[in-house]
Amino acid sequence: MSTNPKSGTQNNNGHSDVALDVRDLRVHYKTPEGDVIAVNGISFKVYKGELVGLVGESGCGKTTAAMGILRLVQPPGRIMGGRVMLDGDMDIINLGNKELRRARWTQIALVPQGAMNSLNPTMRVKDQIKDAIETHEGRQSKAVLKERTLDLLALVGLPSRTFNMYPHELSGGMKQRVCIAMAIVLNPILVIADEPTSALDVIVQRVVAQTMLDIKKRLGVSMIMIGHDMGLMAQMVDRVAVMYAGNLVEIAPVRAAMKAPMHPYTQLLIESIPSIKERKPLKLTEGLTHDLRNPPPGCIFQFRCPHVAETCRTQKPPMLEIQTRHGVACHLYKPEETA
Amino acid sequence: MGGLSKEYVIKRLGMFLLTVWLGTTVIFIVPRMAPGDPVQAMIGRMLTEGSNVENADQIVEAYRERFGLNDPVHVQYFKYLYNSATFNTGYSLAFFPSRIDDMIARSLPWTIGLLFVALILSFIIGNAVGALLAWRRTPKMIRWLLPISLTFTSIPAYMIGIMLLFFFAFMLDWFPYAGNYARGLNPGWDLEFIGSVIKHAFLPAMSIIMVSMGSWALGMRGMMITTDGEDYMILADAKGLTPMRIFWRYGIRNAILPQITAFGVALGALAGGSVLVEIIFTYPGVGYLLYQGILNSDFTLIQGIVFYVIVGVSIAVLILDLTYPLIDPRITYQRS
Repeated sequence: MSTNPKSGTQNNNGHSDVALDVRDLRVHYKTPEGDVIAVNGISFKVYKGELVGLVGESGCGKTTAAMGILRLVQPPGRIMGGRVMLDGDMDIINLGNKELRRARWTQIALVPQGAMNSLNPTMRVKDQIKDAIETHEGRQSKAVLKERTLDLLALVGLPSRTFNMYPHELSGGMKQRVCIAMAIVLNPILVIADEPTSALDVIVQRVVAQTMLDIKKRLGVSMIMIGHDMGLMAQMVDRVAVMYAGNLVEIAPVRAAMKAPMHPYTQLLIESIPSIKERKPLKLTEGLTHDLRNPPPGCIFQFRCPHVAETCRTQKPPMLEIQTRHGVACHLYKPEETA
Repeated sequence: MGGLSKEYVIKRLGMFLLTVWLGTTVIFIVPRMAPGDPVQAMIGRMLTEGSNVENADQIVEAYRERFGLNDPVHVQYFKYLYNSATFNTGYSLAFFPSRIDDMIARSLPWTIGLLFVALILSFIIGNAVGALLAWRRTPKMIRWLLPISLTFTSIPAYMIGIMLLFFFAFMLDWFPYAGNYARGLNPGWDLEFIGSVIKHAFLPAMSIIMVSMGSWALGMRGMMITTDGEDYMILADAKGLTPMRIFWRYGIRNAILPQITAFGVALGALAGGSVLVEIIFTYPGVGYLLYQGILNSDFTLIQGIVFYVIVGVSIAVLILDLTYPLIDPRITYQRS
């Protein structure tokens, strides 16, 4: 089990420090007028213990991509292709139903978007957590379950009385934290948090975000966090992945993305972050420029790109790894230019 | 016991008494406004049976006196209220000297056995069908059940009853066409008797089940589709729970709540709606007894039956109401 010192990212015994490897994931929504291409072949990696923020405009496919990774795309959506490799060798997309159920929550868990409605209204918090434990680990004694659940609730900063409560007795922030507690109960490799803070006020937002960071640090779990609050992202994540119209255009360490974004879309996105010190005009017009059923040939951002060139109209730019763990899909950057 | 406060229980009990009082008052008034004199009707019946009735006038007068029909209406009313409160329903006018309590006690078990079982069966079957129809993993075969059961829903129960009688009793001779058990059998807890009871109750029960099943199925299907789109269903799936667990504990558990409310309403409708079914199948239940009471202008019998129906349904709804916080934790009758 010796690690090869030369390759920091991969060793030979099959295990790697990659928690999640998404390759060319495609998700379509069937409509009478043709398929809407919601996720158009995205590829990226999440390393162990890393927190990746997934950002982009509303409707760009962030949530659909996350649901694709979890294989939870709801009809009329369908996963059309790609692989989602978890912990090196398990492909979520091609698992049998039974194996998929076994992998869910033990390997990959979800903090849902609408925590408000994500808890079963007719079950106590303790029973919903118990459900997750007992489905995967078999029946357990009441005392063991209680101890585990109370530890978990304490970990996310919830009072122990939450244990016996029904969802409607909790506030929004508390529900969100119950969801976070539930997601980590089985120590998964990866937690996908879909806008975990979007429905909360700024104070609670920070508390929930801090809770997630604490958990990440303590459990070493990898996370994907979806959101469009760039300020919060800048504070929290290790790397940020930027999506535009179903495509991943850039994935970069958060500091690099904030200071020197490479993709023109990322640049515009960063410039659009409202500042509380000065008022500045919005550079990016909102909304999409093309029909998602017929994406244009070439670059997906060509209609709005200030640097658009002839090649952008015809050739789709590949994702180039410009620096370590920093990829960008844009013709402005050539492989030769990389160091 | 969570969700119930003392004040609410008291308030709810008060509502219960008010309902029963209003109901009993209405059934006191209505027969007295209807045409027909019960004593005259009885004399008429005696005439047809035994040709000549001597001293008919005296008999009429004696009856009127005996039943207090000569008292002023308000005196009759208070006597009646007092008797109702003490569950003393007195004697039947038409079948004197039968006591109404005895008559009801003889027929009530049959009605409860038939109607209540039929209602519960149709509730269970209908909801199961509805839930399965909304479930994505349900085989296609079952999907044919909804249009079929909905077709029957639009036909009245007595029409279905007549059709069932025609095919299964007269043509095929699979089931008896009247009564509650075969003649000559001694009522008791033996297999032969119970078998006979089930055989006799089958067709009337089927006519009720076939008619009411469709609406349960339709309601449940709608609720289940709504529930299926809830976020907690997706999270349950993400948790890797078994489909059965998700179906029951997350799906049906939440979708059934409005159905249970509707069950309380159905209980009330049941009492009146099945009179016709009992008549068609000559089933000696309370509905059939009520029918005879109406035919003979038997005030006291009608009042007695309807009184018991009102009390019974009110108690059922009361129990349903008081247990509702146990079924749906979001509903509490407590002041915060």
